[in-house]
Amino acid sequence: MTILAKYTKLREHYHRIAGAGRDPFTVKFDAMLSPTEGMLNGRRTILLGTNNYLGLTFDESCIDKGVEALKSFGTGTTGSRIANGSYDGHAALERELAKFYGRENCMVFTTGYQANLGIISTLVGKDDLLFLDSDSHASIYDAAKMTPAQVIRFRHNDPEDLNKRLRRVADHPGNKLVVVEGIYSMLGDVAPLKEFAQVKRENGVYLLVDEAHSMGVLGDTGRGLAQEVGVEDDVDFIVGTFSKSLGAVGGFCVSDLPDFDVLRVACRPYMFTASLPPSVIATCLRSLERMQEEPGLRTKLMANSKRLYEGLRNKGFQVGPDVNPIVAVSLPSIELAITFWNRLLEEGLYLNLALPPATPNSQSLLRTSVSAAHTTKQIDTAIELFGKVARQLNVQPALVQTAAE
Amino acid sequence: MTTDVNDIVETIIAALVKTLPTPVTVTTETSITRDLGLDSLAVMDFVMVLEDKFDVSIPMERIAEVETIGDLARTISELRGHA
Repeated sequence: MTILAKYTKLREHYHRIAGAGRDPFTVKFDAMLSPTEGMLNGRRTILLGTNNYLGLTFDESCIDKGVEALKSFGTGTTGSRIANGSYDGHAALERELAKFYGRENCMVFTTGYQANLGIISTLVGKDDLLFLDSDSHASIYDAAKMTPAQVIRFRHNDPEDLNKRLRRVADHPGNKLVVVEGIYSMLGDVAPLKEFAQVKRENGVYLLVDEAHSMGVLGDTGRGLAQEVGVEDDVDFIVGTFSKSLGAVGGFCVSDLPDFDVLRVACRPYMFTASLPPSVIATCLRSLERMQEEPGLRTKLMANSKRLYEGLRNKGFQVGPDVNPIVAVSLPSIELAITFWNRLLEEGLYLNLALPPATPNSQSLLRTSVSAAHTTKQIDTAIELFGKVARQLNVQPALVQTAAE
Repeated sequence: MTTDVNDIVETIIAALVKTLPTPVTVTTETSITRDLGLDSLAVMDFVMVLEDKFDVSIPMERIAEVETIGDLARTISELRGHA
């Protein structure tokens, strides 16, 4: 019995998945040819699972800014901001993000995961209550584990269920924080944020929205779902990431709350980790500008999303409830999903294999994410390959009865 | 064990038997994760059903402490203020 014996079952599960073909957890690209194409085992492969929504990873002006910062400021900051100080770029990025969101304050984190982990676990203390959606991302669940606050789950995308749970503890004197996501990362389903905002107002609680998958995707200027449905005034905290639309790595939180800056000396995932390399900060500053300069990217992204979503649905595949850059195909079994994923990879199409327990309702998913940089031809090729593999495997995709389930 | 907890146990078992894919004999001593083969997410989802039945909210950290059906019933009883 070694210290790893507790993972025996997990290891067996992993080997079963990896043993069916390629190991989906260790796919290795030999080269990236563009935001939408890479070399995999010597073959040109369409990338349809990278969350690279605006396709800015190879934007020349972003790369130039990154190289410039790399040369001027070096490879890394080699420490946290409270210990080693801040560079100009870190403060500038916080100013620009606050300006973009029209908020007073912004804090930048080293990853999006840490932004959720740090902000949520620090906002609620031992006398407070934290309410989270049952389909929340792992970073939100991990924040829930870290906080001494009481944590209560509500049913996914169900404002009435949240309302009921808030009413049960109406007499509790602590502060209450509700956490929801703009677009959920597995199925691409959107939160009913208008209704959640109403529940928030009626119960006098705080609301945090994680716009990781909706920043640069939804809203008139790309601020996300809160902007799209016109409830930004009800949202006390917006958390986002640089690793999707902005094409790099890192996370942030913006807020109008007075004294927000005290979190810089209270939030441990912010305090005790090295800050982002200046080159990453520089590319993010530029990609944030690019996102605003070119709203056409969002238009193209949504057109591509619609094309893929409808193309797959018309072939009879079961897709998520909303048309979004995340298009997930649900398959009836884990085994079939693994085989299907392997065949698509052999055909030159890369996407994400998402299996229980990481998926809602224990679904086996082939999860795709669309980019503004995809060509119409790439989208059509992907749809065709789905159909081809389904025929090879003799899978009759269940015909979808209604447009939205 | 008080009558209240016994009543809660009965309600839990009745609700649980409905959700399990295969028939299992469930008693107060049954371990929720070990004997029923439910993963942590399935347990949390089942707890939501119970929260509605008993009109309580069971915080996640309290669920983590629960091992058997009896533990779960006692936790619910405490949260309802009948401990």
